[in-house]
Parts: sequence; structure tokens; C-alpha cells
Amino acid sequence: MHSSVGQVVIFALPAVVVAAFAILAIRDRRRAGPAAGPGFVATNGWPVAIFLIVAVGLWTVFMIVLPMLSMIDLSFRPRLPPPQWGSARDIYTLENYRYFLFGSTTSTASWNTTHLKAFGLTIWVSILITILDFVVCYPIAFYMAQVARPARLRLFMLMLIAPYWVNEILRAFAFRLLFASQGVINRALMGAGITDQPIDFIAADVALYSGLAYAYLLMMMFALYNAIETLDRNQIEAARDLGAPWWHIHLFIVLPHAKPGIASGATLVFMLTAGALAAPLVLGGPRTLWFTPIVYDRFYQAFNWQQGAAYALILLVACVVFVLLVLKIFKLRLGEIAK
Amino acid sequence: MTAAVQLDRVTVRFGDFTAVDGAKLDIAPGEFFSFLGPSGCGKTTLLRTISGFIEPSAGRVLIDGRDMRGIGPNVRPTALIFQNLALFPNMSVADNIAYGMRVRGVPRRKRAETVERLLDLIALPGQARKRIDELSGGQKQRVAIARALAVEPQVLLLDEPLSALDLKLRQHMRNELRAIQRRVGITFVYITHDQGEALAMSDRIAVMNRGVIEQVSDGRTLYNSPETAFVASFVGESNILAGKVASVDGAVASVDTPIGPLRGRNVRGLRPGSQALLFLRPELLVPSADGIAARVTDAAFEGTGTLLTLAAADGRPLTVLVSGAAARDIPPKGAEIRLAYKAEEALVLPPDAAGDA
Ligand SMILES: Nc1ncnc2c1ncn2[C@@H]1O[C@H](COP(=O)(O)OP(=O)(O)OP(=O)(O)O)[C@@H](O)[C@H]1O
Ligand SMILES: [Mg+2]
Repeated sequence: MHSSVGQVVIFALPAVVVAAFAILAIRDRRRAGPAAGPGFVATNGWPVAIFLIVAVGLWTVFMIVLPMLSMIDLSFRPRLPPPQWGSARDIYTLENYRYFLFGSTTSTASWNTTHLKAFGLTIWVSILITILDFVVCYPIAFYMAQVARPARLRLFMLMLIAPYWVNEILRAFAFRLLFASQGVINRALMGAGITDQPIDFIAADVALYSGLAYAYLLMMMFALYNAIETLDRNQIEAARDLGAPWWHIHLFIVLPHAKPGIASGATLVFMLTAGALAAPLVLGGPRTLWFTPIVYDRFYQAFNWQQGAAYALILLVACVVFVLLVLKIFKLRLGEIAK
Repeated sequence: MTAAVQLDRVTVRFGDFTAVDGAKLDIAPGEFFSFLGPSGCGKTTLLRTISGFIEPSAGRVLIDGRDMRGIGPNVRPTALIFQNLALFPNMSVADNIAYGMRVRGVPRRKRAETVERLLDLIALPGQARKRIDELSGGQKQRVAIARALAVEPQVLLLDEPLSALDLKLRQHMRNELRAIQRRVGITFVYITHDQGEALAMSDRIAVMNRGVIEQVSDGRTLYNSPETAFVASFVGESNILAGKVASVDGAVASVDTPIGPLRGRNVRGLRPGSQALLFLRPELLVPSADGIAARVTDAAFEGTGTLLTLAAADGRPLTVLVSGAAARDIPPKGAEIRLAYKAEEALVLPPDAAGDA
């Protein structure tokens, strides 16, 4: 019986989605009248249109909507061995969330300080890293977008992108080597006589934070570059001609123009940093608890998928809240940062 | 009196390309001065040199007698109106106008007063809170002017500010600009490739060609007494005939053209035997008993007169503008007529070195 339900879902849902899309399209057309020029179907033919609708529909349903829904569902279920999933004991409960807050599925006597601290640290450090990435990227992006000549620009792009051809985990290990007690940095510091003992960058989390900051730097870079690139250079010159000092031009001409880019760069970097797994695993100090490894542990060490789902959802909600907050601060609508 | 702007042999090079070559002229305080020239002749480059965005490769720019070397655009007493206006889209009309005062630390009250006064000046009262993209083309134009005037520049530099407007609005804004200039009394340096605009608005005009200033004078002189073949052909319409100077008789030279010997004022004192171009304005030619033989091929009524197109003896087209009393008696198409002119009104000039015109 179970498998037949699955089959129905697999074969019926796409049809439902296609139908829904078609209805939406028809309604939209009725309301707005036929779009100017030949429509998509007229230019590309029905087979292409249907293929696209089905492909996008399937993608959305199977890659985004269904996993998401089942995650939410799972997070409100008690911990049970898989054979009992869906049985009478599988009722909705808040115990996974309770565990996150109080360290116990039943009692609310004491706080779950380890996990709460890790969560707080993850959010806080992710915010700091987002700001750091912005500060690092802004001058470079501005230079590339407004100052550099084409040849120089290509060189910059290549230098920025090339390191990212290396796998994320390898990059994290490279940072570990760089910051190790016998690493390049420590040897250089000692060689220059600045320190006489190696500094434990790993324990001080310097390695972790630099690794995280570097991991998603490009997201910020290109978001900023794209935004600044569309600024008419005459506006910068007009401001200068009217007597503005350079900082005033950046603050009141360039930054307001780049606002959507900053917001989209910031949300991307924040979400990716808060959800990063490789860098914290490789670069995290012995006492550092990043939130994602904890989530990972729920799934694969504790085999508590329900709790893992709840933890993942908590992180996701935090990210969504962050995005909404950023939008609010920047006075933007969601559509503007998705450009 | 010190010149508002003095260009002292200003040369600007980009690599080994010379965009402005030895520009030398004085612009008087309160003058409406125009640079006129075809696209790419270096007008914008020269204007940007005056405003300080480009340092001259050689020569000096003096504003009010002060050498501007090393003085950046943000401290020069000039304000530039850009070819595309470059208004700040994320600010209101009032904030745009007040921007220059804001960076100068002018108190808020004073700023508001000035904005008010300027909005009156540009005839946009009560539009202070509007956003830039809510304005029409002509209104944007005015806001750009007000924004530049708000910093009380000694010299206002305008880079083809009317080129984006339609014809009607352009003509209206010409008068408007001229009126604003009279009211504020500061020096305007205006750039255009539209000779009508330059002639209508300017006290004096500098005609530029390939980075070189060919002639500086008022519009009437430019039109009636051009000094180079380029100026004669660029300003106004002309029938141009090439030939060799046959003889010189006082101020008048006779040129052997493909349609016979023709006489004209020998402006540059050419000697017999030298190459020459004879310029005949369409309005100088009048149908008469004798003169250049030509056959009427077309007649176009243009309101103030009728523009005749004729074919000369060798088939080359000639244009003649017939107006006034003569316009009542237009020869029909195909008619063989003769055209006369006063020799001292035609011009004999040497061809340009580069061989155009
Ligand atoms: N930054 C630059 N680098 C190299 N060449 C340039 C630069 N700026 C302008 N030029 C060249 O200098 C010449 C004059 O340019 P300029 O912009 O002054 O022309 P313009 O007279 O303003 O023309 P238009 O009427 O089309 O605006 C052009 O041939 C242009 O290609
Ligand atoms: Mg130009």
C-alpha cells in the first residue's frame, strides 16, 4: 500500500504541477491581455514549452518543495527506529525543539548551553564574517567596476576565480597548513623575530574565521561588482565636480546605488557561512562548537534524524529572519536583490 | 579685465592620439561662449580639461587669472553639466539641487532657501519632492542646470545638454538657457555640434575641427566671413566649387572652376595658380539675365523661401534659396536659367590641409 502511494505521488504530482502552471498562465493572460509580440510558445513551439514546464516543475517539486516539507514534518516527530515511522507512536511533538533549548526531551529545568552557545556563536560570527567580506570586497569591486581597464579587469577576475577551482575541502586544509604551528605564517613571524613561539591560530579560531571569510568571498565580490558596474561613471564625476570628497561620493552615491547588490551579497555570504560544514570541520579549534557540525552529528552520529531536522530547520529560520532583517534595514523588496 | 577662462596653448593627448591641439583663447566674464564642431573633434575633452577631470598634456588652463594646474574638479570654481545630465536617481529633485551645498556644509535652512530660489529660476516651483524619474526630459534638463548653479560657480560648463531633447523642446530650452544665463550673469561655456544652437545662443563661438580651433568669432562673422574652408562648409550651407586661382584683382580673385571662371572675395590673399575653393551660399545666388547657366531640377517650398536644386553645365548640383520678391516668380522644373551673385559676397579660401570640405 505504501509503495502505491509513492507511485501516485511520483506520477500524479508532475501532472498536477503542469496543470497548475498552465492555469496560472492562462489566468495571467486573461488579466493582462496577450503579451506584446509572439509568445514563448509561438516562438519555441509546444514541445519545448511543455518540456520546460515539466522540467522546471519537477525540479521545484522534487528538489525544493518535497524535501522541505518532509523535513518540516520530520522535525515535529519523536525519535523512533525507522520501522516504526508512520506507526501509531509517530505523533507530532515539540520534543526536538525542547531538546535544543533545554538539553532534554522532557524537562525544561536547565538550558542546553552547549547548543545554544554554538548557535549564537554561529549566527554572530556569520554576521561578522559577512561584514568583513563586505569591507574586503567593496574596494576591490569598486576598483574592478569603475576604475580598471579591460585588460586589468580580466587579470583581476582570473586571480579571484582561480583559487576557487580547488575543492572547498582542499582549500580548508590549505588554510590549516597555512596557520599550523609549523606553518608558513608562524615560521615567517618567528623568522622575522616578531614572536619566539608559534601562535596557535587554530585554537584562537583565526584559521576558522579566515577560512570561512575566504570561502564565500566571491559571492560578495560578484554581487558588489555587478551592482557597482551599472553605476554611470558620470554620476561619480558629477558628485566630484560639485565638490564632494571621495568618502562622500562612496557613502551617498555609490553605496545607495549598490544597495541591492550589497543586500544580496550579504544574504548569500551569511547563509552559506552559517551553513558551512567543511571549514568548521577542518579548521575548527578543539573548543569551538560551530552549529553545522552539531546538526551533522544529529543525523550521522546520534542517528536522530528527527532532531537533526529540527536543528536544520532552526538554522534555516535564523537565515530567513536574517534575510528579512537585511531587507528591512536596506528598505528593499525581495525582488530587488534577486536581480 | 582678466578672462573668466583662458586657454593657453592647451594640448591633450591620449597615448599618441592628439584630441586637443594647442587651443588658445580667452573667454570673457559673463560671456555665453560656445564650442562648435563635428562629433569626435575634441569638444568634450576640452570641456573636461577646463573642469579638471583631464590634466592638459601641455599648456595651461587659467580660470579668473588663476593657473588651475593640480587643482581638482571638486575645488575648481566651475560646474559641469554632463552630456547625459548624470542626475542622482536615488535623490529627490531638492536633494539633487542641494547636493553641492551639502558637501560644502551649507546649513540646512540656507540650502532650502537656495533650492526654493533655483526652482523658481528654472520654472519648476513646487516640484522639490519629486523623484528624478518622475520628471520629463526638459524638466531633468532644468534640474541639472539648477544643481550646477547651486554651487555658485564662476563658470558653467555645458556638454551638449539639449541633444537628448526633441526639436520643439530644444528650441524652447535654447531661449530658456540664454535667459537663465542673462539672469545669473555668470560665464557659460557651451558645447554643441548643432550650428543653429551655437548661432542662436552664443556671444562668441569657437569652431573646432580634429582637435584644432579653426576660428573664434561671433556668429555673424563666422557665417559671413569664415576664415577656413572647414568653417565655411561646417557653418551654414554652401555650394562649393574647386579650382585654381586664375587672377587676383584687389580683394577679389577669379577662380577657374569646372563650370567656368567665377569671382569671389580673396579672404586669405591667395596667389594666382594656387588651389582654391569657392563658396557660394544658396541665398547669394539670384536668377538673372546672365551668369552661371543651370537647369532647374527641383523646387522645394520651405515657408520662408523656396529651395531650388539645379544642375550646372557639368551636371553638378547647385542649390539656390529664393526668397522675398523673387519667390513670386519661381522658374518651372526643367527651365534653363542663369544665376548671378555679387563677387564680394562669395568666398575664395584655400582647401584644408587634410583635404576635406
Ligand atoms: N579617455 C580617452 N582615451 C582615448 N581616446 C579618447 C578618450 N576620450 C576621448 N578620446 C578620443 O578623443 C577624441 C575626441 O573625443 P571627445 O569626446 O572630446 O569628442 P566630442 O567632440 O565631444 O564628440 P561628441 O560630439 O561625439 O561628443 C575622440 O576621437 C575620442 O575617441
Ligand atoms: Mg562630447
